[in-house]
This record gives sequence, structure tokens and C-alpha cells, in this order.
Amino acid sequence: MNYSMVRFVLFRLLTVLGGLLILPLLVAIIYREYTAAQIFFLVAISCLVLGVVGAHKKPLNKVIYAREGFFITAAAWIIMSIVGAVPFFLTGTIPDFVDAVFETVSGFTTTGGSILTSVDSMAKSVQFWRTFTHWVGGMGVLVFLIAVVPMADGYSMHLMRAESPGPVVGKIVPKVKDTAKILYLIYFAITVVETVCLMISGLGLYEAVTISFSTAGTGGFAITDSGIGGYSTLTQGIITVFMALCGVNFTVYYFLIQRKPKEAFAIDEVKFYFGVMLLSAFLIGLNVYMAGIVNNPGMSFHHALFTVASVMTTTGFGTLDFDKWPMFSKTLLMGLALVGACAGSTGGGFKFSRALIAVRNARNELNFLVHPKAVKRVFMDGHTLDGTTVKSVSAYLGLYVITMVASILVVSLDNFDYATTVTSVIATLNNIGPGLSMVGPTGNYSQFSYLSKFVLMFDMLAGRLELLPMFIMLKPGTWKK
Amino acid sequence: MRIIVVGCGNVGMTLTQQLSKEGHNITVIEEKSSVVQAVVNNLDVLGIVGNGASYSIMKDAGIESADLMIAVTNSDELNLLCCLIAKKAGNCHTIARVRNPVYKKEINFIKEELGLSLVINPEEAAAVEAGRLLKLPSATKIETFARGRAELVRLVIDDNSRLRDLALRDIPSDLKKQVIIAVVSRGNDVFIPDGNFIIRSGDEITIIGPSSNTTSFFKKLGLPAVKVHSSIIIGGGGTGYYLAKQLIALGIKVTIFEKDSSRCKELTDLLPQALIINGDGTDKDMLLEEGVMSTESFVALTNLDEENIMLSMYVKSINPKAKLITKVHRVNYGEIIGSLNIGSVLYPKNITADRIVQFVRGKNASQDSNIETLYKMNDDRVEALEFIVRQGSPVVGKPLVDLKLKKGILIACISHYGEIISPSGESVIRDGDSVIVVTTRTGLKDINDILEN
Repeated sequence: MNYSMVRFVLFRLLTVLGGLLILPLLVAIIYREYTAAQIFFLVAISCLVLGVVGAHKKPLNKVIYAREGFFITAAAWIIMSIVGAVPFFLTGTIPDFVDAVFETVSGFTTTGGSILTSVDSMAKSVQFWRTFTHWVGGMGVLVFLIAVVPMADGYSMHLMRAESPGPVVGKIVPKVKDTAKILYLIYFAITVVETVCLMISGLGLYEAVTISFSTAGTGGFAITDSGIGGYSTLTQGIITVFMALCGVNFTVYYFLIQRKPKEAFAIDEVKFYFGVMLLSAFLIGLNVYMAGIVNNPGMSFHHALFTVASVMTTTGFGTLDFDKWPMFSKTLLMGLALVGACAGSTGGGFKFSRALIAVRNARNELNFLVHPKAVKRVFMDGHTLDGTTVKSVSAYLGLYVITMVASILVVSLDNFDYATTVTSVIATLNNIGPGLSMVGPTGNYSQFSYLSKFVLMFDMLAGRLELLPMFIMLKPGTWKK
Repeated sequence: MRIIVVGCGNVGMTLTQQLSKEGHNITVIEEKSSVVQAVVNNLDVLGIVGNGASYSIMKDAGIESADLMIAVTNSDELNLLCCLIAKKAGNCHTIARVRNPVYKKEINFIKEELGLSLVINPEEAAAVEAGRLLKLPSATKIETFARGRAELVRLVIDDNSRLRDLALRDIPSDLKKQVIIAVVSRGNDVFIPDGNFIIRSGDEITIIGPSSNTTSFFKKLGLPAVKVHSSIIIGGGGTGYYLAKQLIALGIKVTIFEKDSSRCKELTDLLPQALIINGDGTDKDMLLEEGVMSTESFVALTNLDEENIMLSMYVKSINPKAKLITKVHRVNYGEIIGSLNIGSVLYPKNITADRIVQFVRGKNASQDSNIETLYKMNDDRVEALEFIVRQGSPVVGKPLVDLKLKKGILIACISHYGEIISPSGESVIRDGDSVIVVTTRTGLKDINDILEN
């Protein structure tokens, strides 16, 4: 383990975090929330000073390997969550520090599950910070670090790979730094376009910006207690579109900018993603309409599409309380939640590409039983995949199931009903936010014990970082020099 | 620069490493996915698995916007095809590795017709370097500048040397005037020495000066400065052939050991004056029989590094006077191999990579100067560069003492209309001169880069 490089990157990260905290500080000054402004100023300055001092001495040996990459990523996200919680705690918005950390973890991991019962009375700057954590966490803070700070040179790929979602994290241009820049530019552009669209639909700047942060990061923190339900159908429609767009592999946008539509549409998972989304929305819309919950078939489809997009991209916004929907709809939604969004997007979950690889591999295995000598390989995006990718997907699936089952077991100690226990873990591990029953769209996570909260925090981080970094950090061998 | 490298074998890997270190945007195309995986994991480059001669793969790699395509696969024909396709698809500069001696004769025609910017033959380049060493056997490395008029020569200071324990300023003027001592390497450290620097026994010093002076410098030091008279070459591959051809032209007696009998027959046709032995070079008895005890030089050019090193060590032990040259493919263990004390080591990969890096830097440079030659030394920590100075450069017209040079830069030689000057503080650089700079600041692209801003 190259500890001096770990220290260097982590302090650099602290500096960046300090810089990011200046935004809510400005918001606080604009809205004349001077107590909050003081707190944001204090935290930002401490981060900046500490970060600059700590990263002053540059490491002699800049070589890092996958191990350091995973370790730095996991440590970075834990530090970020703790530091990010300080403003919530000091402003008194969340009086319990563990709850404040839970809320921040939920923010950075773009989960959007809250421990707050009401958000209407929150200070505007704190509210802003709460949604801004989604935006930062969506594309990843280390990717941001790589894009803006000159750092580990050729070795940053290990950081990028550890933080970015998907079974195969590739670069879109030869240099990591340029790749990170392109991704952030696309991300930034999507956010700006959404903000403008929302303002056209009648929202104020503040509302439009915060909702865009939540949507682009596929987070799900809303700024009112009624969620997105209180907005016009047009606004909801715009949010649906942008949620769906942010769940798409960002490489597609790069190809489109490069005027290579053929390459963009050759990506299998994106086709399946949209196909599954529309089909599920149709089925749920029909189911909800038949059950008589929504009387207008058009509106029924509108709400179904919104909810399906929200759950599949693991955003977790709600227009209606889907906990009251028929069993078929609820089950289908939770099933979609397990699969999640596309690799290389800001969404969470198991990822469509992994699911496709797993299914195609299973199909091949079945085929072997019928034709034992047949040679079959897994195809994706028009290429055959090498064995290691398929193997790593199987391993990931195993780890994913084990994590889920173990977490459910621990959370069950709280003795809540079955739906709450299971869906709280599904909703956090896949970074969705709302589950069913007590943690449904109208509920929250405040009633869980500390133990459960820690487990769910772990699940959120593990889900966002795709398991490996968190587990590698826990593995004792990692810490050896 | 956007560069596409096709083929990631030995040369491709070294090249990619070098160019990526210099900050270029590199895409590597290679057929073996495990190799691509390894490159992408270790270097900040983009990897594509596939055949580089395929148009669609080239398009994936971004040939349309590339500035340079370098084809260094194992096959000459594939390399040339890659260049042809790259030229038609992207109209970029192209560089090909071509090794087959058959194409060598027609290389200018091929270059012209396919629009290649550079053709390199690593085996021939290695042979040229080996040939130079056999002309001045006491040197461990010889490179040439200014079309051969100036030389960079490296030698080891032994216990009996006149230079031992002398500070540079105290070196007798008959020696000092002739050449400049540009680099000293001691153990793992590399220095660009100043006047107070004291030379110790065991140091390896690099001198730069006019070619005629380097030879007389050797003579004055009491080191042999005449070419060898006989040479045993182990391995009759490409390098062996090119080397033997050169040596025969110089009148040196050449013995080649080659395992493969059909290759032996080819070699007898190609090199009628050489003695071709069909046998394993590692066979001790056969070596002794063919006069390894009395040969003046021994060149190990088999394809196995271990075998080459072992052979050289063996010859060193039984015939310590012989000049040894060892070919080594793996570049990563330079320090260890250097410490074995087996004379000169040839790294064909580095020779090729240097030539290409030189080309790339030259393309990157501004108009008022360009890189004529580039050599990397001491595990790439030191570079010797030759720049042609064009009009208007700020280094022109001032005595060297008045130029504010960056640290770690030494102006080692100035060539003025073919006259080679070992410069002093009063020397002046003029338009059109070529200047040889030795530096620990790797990555200079332009003569103006040597100045402090």
C-alpha cells in the first residue's frame, strides 16, 4: 500500500470538498441565512486549509495499483460523507450526528432516502447542499478530482475504475483526464438544459436548480414534502425525460456529439433499457388504471412512466404513493429496482449490462447441457466478451446477493414488517431511496436502530461504489504495506 | 499529438511508454486482448483489440483525426498495409517497422510510393551501433551527431586511468581541450558534472566531441583506439547479418554461429567471406574450437536474453581482453545488467523507440529549430539532443556565459558549417549551427527550451 499517495489524494479531495462547500455558502448569503452562512464558511475554510496543508508534501512514489485505487475510493467516500454531514449537524437541521451522516451518505450515493420527516422548513442553503450532494455524487467526486486537479498522472485510471459504475470501465479518449473532463461536461450540460426546461415549465430558479441536481445525479431528494407530486404534469414530464436520460450510459452522448450515431445505437444495454422501461410503464399503467387508482388512462400511463423511470434510474422521486398500488405493480417496480440503470450512467443498481451478461451467460450454460460440445461465447454490443468479464459479473452477482441477504438479516433485528425490512435494503443497496411500507414514498428511515442505519449506510456506499471498494477496504490484507 | 500505435510487442510497448510519458494522446491497436489489458492497466492510453490493418478498427481508433500512425507489428507486410490504409483514411504521418533485407534495397521506392514519413529497421539500427563499438572497442557506447562528425562516447574509468581522482578543472589541458565530459554515472546516480566534480574509479563517463578527437582522447588515456580484427557473432538473424556485412567491409574476420542449417545456407550465400558455423553457440567445446580464447570481440545476438548474458559472462571469464557486446530485449532490468560488467549492452527496442520519439518531438517543435538527433541514456534519465538553430532564435549571437540556461543543461558541442567546436564560455551560437545539448531535463522539444524564461 502506497500510504503517502493515499494521504495525498485524500487531502486533495478535502480541498475540492472545501471548494464545493462555497456554493451553498453563496446561496446562504443570497437568501440572507447568516447563521448557515457562518457554518458553511467555517466548514469550507477548515477543509481548504486542512486539504492544502495535508497535500503540501507531494509523494515521491506516485505509483498506485488497483488496490490503492479501491482503497482511496472507499476512504474518500466515507470521509466525504462525514465532512458533508457537519453542516446538517451544526445548523441544527439534523440534531443527531449519525442521522446527519446517514442523510449525507444518502445524498452522495444518490440514494435519496431520508431520515427527515419534513423538509419544508429547512433553510434554503442547507436544502441546496442536500441536493448538491446528489449532483457531486452522481458522476463521482474522484472523477471530478481527476478532471480538475493534476494528480496521479497515468495512474488515475485505477481511481476512475473504482468509482465509475459498470462491469467494464473504459476510456472514451486516450487520456483519463480528458475522459473525466468530457464526462463532467456532458453531465453539466444535461443539468443546465434541465434547469432551463424546468424554468420554462414555470419553476423558479432555485427550485429548478435543486431539482435538476437531484435528477441529474439520479438522487431523489425533493425540496418539498409532497415530492414531485405538487408540480404540473408538464414539469413532471420534463423530469421523467431527464431521469431516463441520466440513466443512460454517458458514452452514448459522447458518440452522438462525435456524430457517430451508429456506434451510439450499437450499445445493447441502452436499447434494452428503453425497451424495458416502456414495456413496464405500459404494464404498470394498465394495472393501476384497472385497479381504479387513476381514472384517466393517459394520466395513469404518465404516473406509471414517471415511477418506472424514477425506480429504474434509481432516482426515487414520486408523484403518487406507489405503496398503495396493486401488488403486481409494486413487485414489478422492486424487480426493476434490482436491475437498475445502465453502466456508465449516474444511476445505481445491478446495472443493465451486468444483467444482460448474466442472462446471456446462463443461456449459454443451458445450451451446453443440450449440446455439450458447442462453442458459445457471450456477445455484447456486437463484440464477444472475454472470459474475465463474464466471470467478474458472476462474482459480482454472488457478492451482491450475499450483501443483500446479510443486510436484510441484520435489519430484521428491528422487527419491522417484511416489506419494510426487505425493501429498505433493496432501496439502499441499489441507491433508489424509497422502498415499500414504512420506507415507502411517504415514509422515511428515521425509525431504524443505529445498527440498521450503519448497515444501510454501508449498503448505500457499497451500492454506489459497486461493492468491491468497500469490501477491499474491509479485507485485512489491503492495509499491509 | 494524437498517435496510433499498431502492434504492442516489445518495441510497441517501449514506444507507447515513451510517448505516453511525453504527454501524447495514444491509442494502441493489438490483436491479443491480454496484451491490450496489460497496456491499458499500466499506461494512460486507450486500447483497442483488433487487426490494425482493418479500416473499421482504424476508424474506431480515430484515424481521421490522428496526426501519426506507427506500425510496429511483427510482420513487415502488415505494417506496410497499415501505413497504406492510415495514409488513405486519415492522411496522417506514418512510420513502419520493416525488417526484411529484401525490402531494404527497395525501401526508398516503398517509402515514396506509400508516402511513409519514416521507415525503421531495428535490427539494422542495432547492427550499426554494434559496428561502431567494434571500431572503438574501449568504448561501451558510441552515438554520432552532425552526420557523423561529432561523437558521443561512453567509457568506464578503471583503477589505472589518468583521470582517476581528478577534479574536472584539473584535467591536463591536452585532454580537456579535445572533448567535453558531459555525463558521469556512478552506481545508480547520474550527474552532469561541473569543474569541481571529481572522477572516481568505476565511474562511467560520457564524452562528446569531434569524431577525430574522441579517438585521440582514447589514445592519450592509453586505451586501445583501433578496430578489432576478429569477431565471433552468435546468432545469424537479421542483426547478425547486418553486422557481419559491415564488419566484412571493414576487413574484420567474422565467424557466425547459427543453429538453423537452412539459415546457415542462406548466410553463406549472402556473406561468402564469413565463416558460418552450423551449431549451437552455447556449446562450450565448439566455441573453444572456433577460437573464442583468442577472438578480439564477441557479440551475443541470440533471441534469448539469458543466453546472451550467460555467454558474455563466460567469455569475459576465459578471455577478459575481448570486446563484448550483448543484445538484451528486456529493458526493465538495465541497472542489474549494467552492474554485471559485461561490456556493451545493446537494447534494440530502445534504439527504435528513440528514433521514433525523435521524429515525434521534431514534428512538435516550433519553426525556428528542430531536433536532428535524440539519444536517451542511463535508463532514460539523460538525453542528448542535436538541434538545428534557425534564424531568430534567442540563443543566437550571445556568448554562452551570457545565456541563462535552465539547471541540468549542458551545451556539449556546436557544429558550425561542419566545423565541430567543443564550446567554452566565450563561444557563440550562430544561425544554422547545430547544437548538441545534454540534459537531465527530459522532454526538450526546441532549442529555446534550454533557456530560463
